Amino acid sequence: MQLALRGITKRFGSLVANDRISLTVEPGEIHCLLGENGAGKSTLMNVLYGLYQADEGEIVLDGDVQHFSGPGDAIAAGIGMVHQHFMLVPVFTVAENVMLGNEATGFGGSLDLDAARARVREISERFGFHVDPDAIVEELPVGVQQRVEIIKALSRDAQVLVFDEPTAVLTPQETDELMEIMRQLKAAGTAIVFITHKLREVREVADRITVIRLGAVVGEASPTASNAELASLMVGRPVELTVHKEPPTLGEDALVVDGLTVADASGLVHVNDISFSIKAGEILAVAGVQGNGQTELTEALLGLQEHVGGSIRLDGKELRGRRVRQILDAGVGFVPEDRQVDGLVGTFSIAENLMLDRSFGAPFVRVGSVQLGKLKAFAQQKLREYDVRAPGISTHAGNLSGGNQQKVVVARELSRDLRLLVAAQPTRGVDVGSIEFIHKQIVATRDAGIPVLVVSTELDEVAALADRIMVLYRGRIVGIVPADTPREVLGLMMAGERPAGAVA
Amino acid sequence: MSTPLAQSSPAPEDEDAPRPPDNNHWHNVFRSITTGNALVAVLSVVLAVIVGSLMIMFTDEGVRESSKYFFSRPGDFLTEARDAITGAYTALFRGSIYNSRADDFTTAIRPLTETLKFAGPLIAAGLGVGLAFRAGLFNIGGRGQMLLAGAAGGWIAINVDLPAPLHLPLAVIAAMLAGALWSGLAGLLKARTGAHEVIVTIMLNYVGFYLVFYALSQQNILQAPGSANVKSLPMQESATLPKIFGERYNVHLGFVLALVAVAVVWWLLNRSALGYRFRAVGENPHAARTAGIDVGRTYVVVMLIAGSLVGLAGANQALGTVTSGVTVDLDAGIGFDAITVALLGRSNPIGILFAGLLFGAFKAGGFSMQASEGIPVDIVLVIQSLIVLFIAAPPLVRALFRLPTKEAK
Repeated sequence: MQLALRGITKRFGSLVANDRISLTVEPGEIHCLLGENGAGKSTLMNVLYGLYQADEGEIVLDGDVQHFSGPGDAIAAGIGMVHQHFMLVPVFTVAENVMLGNEATGFGGSLDLDAARARVREISERFGFHVDPDAIVEELPVGVQQRVEIIKALSRDAQVLVFDEPTAVLTPQETDELMEIMRQLKAAGTAIVFITHKLREVREVADRITVIRLGAVVGEASPTASNAELASLMVGRPVELTVHKEPPTLGEDALVVDGLTVADASGLVHVNDISFSIKAGEILAVAGVQGNGQTELTEALLGLQEHVGGSIRLDGKELRGRRVRQILDAGVGFVPEDRQVDGLVGTFSIAENLMLDRSFGAPFVRVGSVQLGKLKAFAQQKLREYDVRAPGISTHAGNLSGGNQQKVVVARELSRDLRLLVAAQPTRGVDVGSIEFIHKQIVATRDAGIPVLVVSTELDEVAALADRIMVLYRGRIVGIVPADTPREVLGLMMAGERPAGAVA
Repeated sequence: MSTPLAQSSPAPEDEDAPRPPDNNHWHNVFRSITTGNALVAVLSVVLAVIVGSLMIMFTDEGVRESSKYFFSRPGDFLTEARDAITGAYTALFRGSIYNSRADDFTTAIRPLTETLKFAGPLIAAGLGVGLAFRAGLFNIGGRGQMLLAGAAGGWIAINVDLPAPLHLPLAVIAAMLAGALWSGLAGLLKARTGAHEVIVTIMLNYVGFYLVFYALSQQNILQAPGSANVKSLPMQESATLPKIFGERYNVHLGFVLALVAVAVVWWLLNRSALGYRFRAVGENPHAARTAGIDVGRTYVVVMLIAGSLVGLAGANQALGTVTSGVTVDLDAGIGFDAITVALLGRSNPIGILFAGLLFGAFKAGGFSMQASEGIPVDIVLVIQSLIVLFIAAPPLVRALFRLPTKEAK
């Protein structure tokens, strides 16, 4: 079935999220929709799926104009969506999830679970998914859960499948398996829309690429284009994808972590007896799929976790067990994973956010009073230095884009006197231009002789920034390996397999 | 391994960022009720006054009579309605601002001084509640805090002998200290155990009431010697708040102290580092904690200061308005009115100043409405309650029924 979007326009007040977007997807074609966060890809897909009504333009399937008042209409018309955040009920089985909303009923309205199971097996075998219909969803690995989402869409006879940023939560191996599934689906005649901002994947599977920037189509790219060309199309200017990094000038062991264990209130252990050290002037990147203890590790380093055992020494001083204020005063800078919850106060201005962890004493506080003049000068300087796109320093931080918000957090931390920088997912949800900038800042910090711990789920970012890579799996260190370790090896380590020769 | 299962669709910007936990939802509802812009406040007052006017209209004898023959002579109904409403509001104005029926100016302006007298403690206590709101805390303990403050200030005023320039400040400080400690107790419990301040402050109201009742029933604590009444001796001259416009009028220094409190709280919230931390904790306690601000300690300090402001209102009552002796009803409902004042003032010191003046006018003018128009003074209470309803209901209804605050994304 051929899908055509013609001149789709969607506005939210004065913001034009989609500006006359047109694209066609032929059956048996993988069409990639490439664009940065905030470019309007998700909005467009929500229009396609019937969650939004377009202000202008039409959706055409096989030449017939469609009107979707909701997802039910879209599904009935043959459009299936595999969401980035899965829409599965964790305690149901695979079959129960697949039949949800489309239940086959037998006598008197009783559920026909056998029919659902048969359907799951049928689709599963056709594409080689290997999914057990009676498995409980929350017990399945993420890659398999995603397949359940795909089966769900296919069980409604979807002829157009939309994948919305599917690889965010997958290991490299699972990503490769997903690419293979997409090729199979394409061979079976499905039209596939693949939404992403990851250039590597686009070049691997795409037949055609449409690039979206700021809500409008900026052009079609060829799958043979280089990463750099694609990135420039996305951003609108030449972009340096991998930050230039000189070899590190290593100093002494600055951060020494010994036997660190972090548990939560119910006793579940998230970080299990790990030991590592970072030298001054070195970046240690922590790789691993989200949920293997990285979050708890960074929080423990900052004193934000309560049940912490082991030792954390910075410049010889013990930090474990100390309060957050004391750890910050010891020179630890923190770029938290969730900037909107932990990093910024959305209703405070940019200036007020820049002093969030410096509200005790000089330079911004004197005799209990906030030195507004100094704060204003500081904020204006940082706005320029970090190229934060905002009307002014009194703009509320909540009104900034993700990338600009992150720049404010980074500006705040890097203007302190640091002895250690901890950056968790520093470029999540950040536009390509800001990613470039933030990576430069992190490398500059490292070159100034400060140890840096970067946690990232993006292997490209890990490869770009790391001097050494530490892989976590289920709270334990799988290995600490050199920065030039091949992706395949890292992928195996992220799934828990320890390769020969890796330092534990 | 954690799994990214169904969550509500994120904003287009941060598609990869995880959603904040659901308790942020109610935190946001609290913030949208207690803080925000003045438009909500003004509209709520206008709406409440309109509804109040309708009530005045339909309880008026003349209106009811003329409504019986409305269809044959609608003019009568409309005239009666107009008279009822204008009569009510002119009576309100006469009782709260300017009495046009008086003989000379000095008598005519008396209502305004009454308004200021009533407004003083409302402003002070309103600041106490509003300051706590800014830090994300709901201080309902006004009653207990005022009673203990009045009792403490009263004790100093009765039993200590000092010259006036020392005696009065000492009594006021004792009152503020008592209020601070009673409120700080709730803050401490919240910081140490997470006990919700709404529950604790309400319970402390009862505890405070009975403590003061007990003190006023014991001869050797506060009760007037030789008396069986639950009441203390009158305040000594040296510890009463002097009248500021002469003996003719009842308005006393308490009003000036309330104005000073407005200035102090404004400086605290907008210029001081401590107030900055209050606001950070109130707006986003997670980010505040990550930035090294001790949220628990902040709660304690905020409640201490808030309690001292409510204590100032207590001093206002015991040492200024009703100096004939401390009683268990010296709080005169101000502790609860203060919540409405703070809501109407959007937890902003200047807003609270105006809201306090408005409610002071309602209080002063309400009696006049009853006396000259026969409108029950409770109508003022109804209007006050409607104001709270119109401010708090929309965000609450939206939250309860999970209606979107902006278009669903």
